[in-house]
Amino acid sequence: MRRQPQFTFRLFVAGDAPNSVQAVAHLAAFCRDHLADRHEIEIVDVFREPKRALAEGIFMTPTLVALTPPPVRRIVGTLSQTQTVLLTLGLLDSAA
Amino acid sequence: MEPNQPAQVAKESSKAPTGIAGFDEITRGGLPRARTTLLVGGPGSGKTIMALQFLAHGARDCKEPGIFVAFEESSRRIEANAESFGWGLADLLRKKELFFLDAQPKSDLVQAGDFDLGGMLAALEAQAQAMRARRIVFDALDVVLALLPDPAAKRREIYRLHEWLLARELTGIITAKAGGDENSVVIQQPFGFMQFMVDCAVILDHSVALGVSYRNLRVQKYRGSGFDENESPFLIGNGGLVVDVARTRVHVHPKVSNERVPSGVERLDTMLGGGYYRGASILVTGYSGTAKTTLSGAFAGAACQRGEHTLFVSFDSDCNEVIRNLASVGIGLDRYVKSGCLRMISARSIAGSAESYLVRIKTEAEEHGARCLVIDPVSTWYKSSNDTTAQSVADRLIDWSKGEGITLVCTSLLDEMSNRTESGSPLQISTLADTWIHLSYLVQAGERNRGLSIVKSRGTAHSNQVRELILSDAGVTLADTYTAGGEVLMGTLRWEKERAERVASEAAEAAAKLKRVKLDAEEAELKVRMKSLETELVAKQVEKALLVRSTQSHEGELSRGRTQMKELRGDDETIAGGKASQP
Repeated sequence: MRRQPQFTFRLFVAGDAPNSVQAVAHLAAFCRDHLADRHEIEIVDVFREPKRALAEGIFMTPTLVALTPPPVRRIVGTLSQTQTVLLTLGLLDSAA
Repeated sequence: MEPNQPAQVAKESSKAPTGIAGFDEITRGGLPRARTTLLVGGPGSGKTIMALQFLAHGARDCKEPGIFVAFEESSRRIEANAESFGWGLADLLRKKELFFLDAQPKSDLVQAGDFDLGGMLAALEAQAQAMRARRIVFDALDVVLALLPDPAAKRREIYRLHEWLLARELTGIITAKAGGDENSVVIQQPFGFMQFMVDCAVILDHSVALGVSYRNLRVQKYRGSGFDENESPFLIGNGGLVVDVARTRVHVHPKVSNERVPSGVERLDTMLGGGYYRGASILVTGYSGTAKTTLSGAFAGAACQRGEHTLFVSFDSDCNEVIRNLASVGIGLDRYVKSGCLRMISARSIAGSAESYLVRIKTEAEEHGARCLVIDPVSTWYKSSNDTTAQSVADRLIDWSKGEGITLVCTSLLDEMSNRTESGSPLQISTLADTWIHLSYLVQAGERNRGLSIVKSRGTAHSNQVRELILSDAGVTLADTYTAGGEVLMGTLRWEKERAERVASEAAEAAAKLKRVKLDAEEAELKVRMKSLETELVAKQVEKALLVRSTQSHEGELSRGRTQMKELRGDDETIAGGKASQP
C-alpha cells in the first residue's frame, strides 16, 4: 500500500527571523503529523544564498515550495494555518 | 551596516537628478540622495513612468545603475510600455546598468500565516552589490502589502524596507496607489505614516474635469531642502514626464527690448508708434469674424518675411484652411511653410488640457527656434479648462514668452452672446498683455464693418482713434473712419459721405472758377473802359490845347491887324481919340 506520493519541500527562510523560525517549526510538525516518512525538506536561507532566492523568484519569506508531487505549489507565511496547507497540498480528504 | 549618516551624505551632491524636465527645478536638483522618496498617486497618474524615468536617467546619464522592483506589472510589460519614450532601456538592461525584478505575487500563491520581505531584500542586496546599484524603485508596494494580514505587519515591513534602503544608501522611490482624494485616502492606508517617515513625498494627481484630463504634481515634503510647494501641471509626453514649472511673479524677465516688430499692417504700426515691442505679448480680442486670425496672420507673414522663425498655433481650424483663408486676403504663408520658416500646428481644443498644450507649444517653439509666436485663439483654453487653470496657463505662457524674448500674438474670442464686454476678455490676460487690440463690428445701414482700436499699449504712444479694418485681396489695410456729428461712419456710409464731400467740394470749386472768370471779365471791361477814357482824355487835352493856341493867335492877329489898320487909316484915326474901328 506504499502508493502514496513522496513530498519534496523547499523552505526559504530569512535567517532567524521570527516568521521563518516559526515556519520551520510548523513545517516539521506538519510533516510529522500528516506525512510521516514520506517527505523531504530542504531549508534555504536567503541571507546566505540570495542568488537562489532571486533565481526562484522568492520575495516573501518564509515561502514553502512543494516541488513534488506536481504541480509545484508555493505557500507563503508561517504555515500556522494547517487547514490551508492541507488544502493546498491536496491532503485534506485523505487526512480527514 | 551603519545606518545612514546625513553629514557624510551631504558632502557629495545631496540630490539625485531625475532628468524630468521641470521636476529638478521644483526640487532644486532632484530627489534626496541616499534617502527614500514616496510617490503617491491614483491609478494611471504616472507613478511608474516617473520612477522609471528616474532610473533610466540615473543609469544613462549619471552613472548610477538602478534596480526596478515590479510588484504589479511584469517587467517585460513595463519595458515594452516605456519603449516609446526612447530611454534606451533595452541597451541599459544589456549593459547591466538597469535591472528589473519581477516581484508580482504569483496568482497561485497561497498564503498561510504571516510573512515578511526579508527574502526579497536579501535577493536585492546580492543584486545591488553585483551591479553597484545606486538607485532603486519599488513600484506599487501596496500590492504586496495588501497580502499582509494586519496593519502592524504592514507597518513592520515598511520600516524594514525603509531601514534597508537607508542602510544601503540607495536613492529609493517607493510608489503607492492612492484614491482620488489624496489627503483623505492616504492617511487611512499604511502610507499615511509612511509619509511622515520618508524624506521626500511627491503626490501625483490625475483628474478629469469636463472631459479633459489634468495631471498635477506636488511635492508634499522634502526634508532639508527648499522646494516649490505649489501644484505643478505635468504631462506625459514623447520623452516621458514633463513638468510645467510655474514661474512666480517675482521672476525677472531678463530680456527687455526696445526693438520694434512690425505688425504686418502698415497703418497699425503707425498707430502704435512703430509696431509692437520685441518680446511683448499682444492680445487681439474680438467677436468671431472680426478678422482676428487675419491680423495675427499678417503678423506671422511679416515675421517670416524678415526671416524670423515663427510658430503659428491654430486651435480651431486646420493649418491648410488657415493658409488658404489668409491667402484670400493677400497673406501668402504657403511659401514660408515650405521654406521651413513658419511652423503651423493645428490642435483641436478638446483633445487636451490647457497645460498639455502649453507644454507642447513650448517644446515646439524651442525646437523651431521661434522668435514670434501666434496662438489663435487662446480663448479655446477657456473652453477646455476651468477658469483658474486656463488663467494660470495663460499667465505662464506670457511669462515664458517674455523670458524667451518671443513676441507673442494671441487672439481671444469674445462671445457675442455673453455679456462680457470690452472690459473683460474671458481670460483675464488683458491685464498681462502689453498691447491689447480690440476688433469690433459696427452695424450701420444694413452692413457690418470691422473696426480696430487699440485699447492699451504699454510703453508706446498709440492712437486713440478707431480705424476701419478693410480686408481685400491685396492685404489688410486700415482706413480712417468718418466722424461727423458724434457719429462714426464706416463702410458704404463712410464712402457715401466721402463722396458727398467730394462732390460738394467739386461744386464749390466750379463756382469759384465761374466767379473768377466773371471777375476777370469785369476787370477786363473796366480796363477797356479805362483805356477809352484815357484816349478821350488825351483827345480833350489836345482839343483844349488847340483851343488855347487858336485863341492866342486870334488875339495876336487882332492886335496886329488893328495896328496895321491904324497905320493904314492914318493919323486922324489915331488922333480922333484912338477909337477902335468896328470891323
